[in-house]
Amino acid sequence: MNWLNWLDQFIEVLVALAAAPLLLGWVNMCRAWLQNRSAPSLLQPYRGIRKLLHKDAVLAHNASSLFRIAPYIIFGTMVAAAAMIPMLGTRLPFTAAADAIALVGLFAAARMFLSLAAMDVGTAFGTLGARREMMVGFLAEPTLLMVIFVASLMTATTALPLIAENLAAAQLAIHPSLLFTAVAFAMVMLAENARIPVDNPATHLELTMIHEAMLLEYSARHLALMEWAAALKLFNYACIGLALFVPWGLASNGDPIRLGLAIVLLAGKLAVIGAGLALIETLSAKLRVFRAPEFLATAFLLAVLGLLVRLLQVAR
Amino acid sequence: MNTIPLDLQIVNALAALLLLLSFSMLSQRRIVSLVNLLAMQGLLLTVATLMVAWRTGETHLYLSGLLTFALKVLFLPWLLHRLIRRLEVYWDTEPLLNIPGTMLVGVLIVVFAFGLAQPIAELASETTRNSIGIAVAVILLSFLMMITRSKAMSQVVGFLSMENGLFFGAMSTTRGMPMVVELGIALDILVAMLVLGVFFFQIREQFDSLDLHHLESLKEGD
Repeated sequence: MNWLNWLDQFIEVLVALAAAPLLLGWVNMCRAWLQNRSAPSLLQPYRGIRKLLHKDAVLAHNASSLFRIAPYIIFGTMVAAAAMIPMLGTRLPFTAAADAIALVGLFAAARMFLSLAAMDVGTAFGTLGARREMMVGFLAEPTLLMVIFVASLMTATTALPLIAENLAAAQLAIHPSLLFTAVAFAMVMLAENARIPVDNPATHLELTMIHEAMLLEYSARHLALMEWAAALKLFNYACIGLALFVPWGLASNGDPIRLGLAIVLLAGKLAVIGAGLALIETLSAKLRVFRAPEFLATAFLLAVLGLLVRLLQVAR
Repeated sequence: MNTIPLDLQIVNALAALLLLLSFSMLSQRRIVSLVNLLAMQGLLLTVATLMVAWRTGETHLYLSGLLTFALKVLFLPWLLHRLIRRLEVYWDTEPLLNIPGTMLVGVLIVVFAFGLAQPIAELASETTRNSIGIAVAVILLSFLMMITRSKAMSQVVGFLSMENGLFFGAMSTTRGMPMVVELGIALDILVAMLVLGVFFFQIREQFDSLDLHHLESLKEGD
């Protein structure tokens, strides 16, 4: 049933594309509720994207071709990542390529193009945002790798689908190392997706912004793609986290019923993650930019501790 | 890895959390939170002791667990909080090494401690011997804290957390020390704490501060 697998793969990408803005809308909605504001509609991100797609693009005079193709590259990278991450099934055609290290590399490529595009026009804000993004990135990446290494150590593979399968099949036990790495992963997720302790996604006019500063020169369809890619990135990170720490309920082959079940389960898990994200963002204050390395150093430390504890408690 | 019984898993998890708490102490600047973390460490220690007591069926371990609870969760934190209020020291000054730096040194120390404990752990017959590495790491991390902090208060917290590490190591590897030794240590800590409390006041009276760097020069007026 090869074509069925491909169909499932197609469905997975479609689900990711459609659900990513929905997740963002859900997080914003929860945040508004928690902060006693009247919530924007769940569909607000879609409306934003549609509005932007209907506008005419304006480019700076000195914008190079890199500036114009960057949104497509970044969006493409995120779609590729979404296809690879085992969010619905573990035995889909593309998930064979989902080596965790390759995934980290994909995200790094997207970050590089984002930063290059931000510096391309040469405005002060873009350069500033790009530099800060690189600073956050170079601290977050080793942490992400470390988190993945712990899971790899436990399952003897770096392929994300196999990690998820093995962890789901393993006997239930208390793994302090997984607990530590889960916290580390949550911190990396906050930092990488420009959420509150590191960056504020709602701000546009402050010297503290990171991600928004890089998008200032973009308009219309380019901006729409960038924002969609950002939503996809959050979605992808959430799905990596789910594959590592809550791997139950993934469909293993192309069985349509299992797949439907997996979609429902995924929606439930993501709803919980979104609410948790909103809670963290409401409870914590934005850190000064110079405190961000400290935040990420803590995440790295947690991941390393997880690794060490794992090594200690298995060696005998 | 599937053969470890649940209670041992819990002790291992508690050990890991103990290590984590040591790191959060290293990164904490507020002295009040430092004391709260110490109390939490005591609580973890109590739970771990009771778990080991239940596993091995040693009655005196229950007693020492209760002693730990009374002393390290209730009394000492209360005493420290009272001292903080009366001395009005709420913040430590910036430590000798900045905090990410301290953390990195801490990670190296943990690696060192685990390596150090490996041959010892192989001699131990108990299944909780994994905890030896963590106990050594907690002790060395508390050392690090005492070295890098300058306020007397945080150094005392480091000292107490070091004792916690020692206690955890002894408890988890040897089914607890004899009751006399344990009572002796508990009394020692208590007296040390009371004496140090008096010292704090003396130090502050002399130097108008609890910063121990003032004690480094022997003569006045340099």
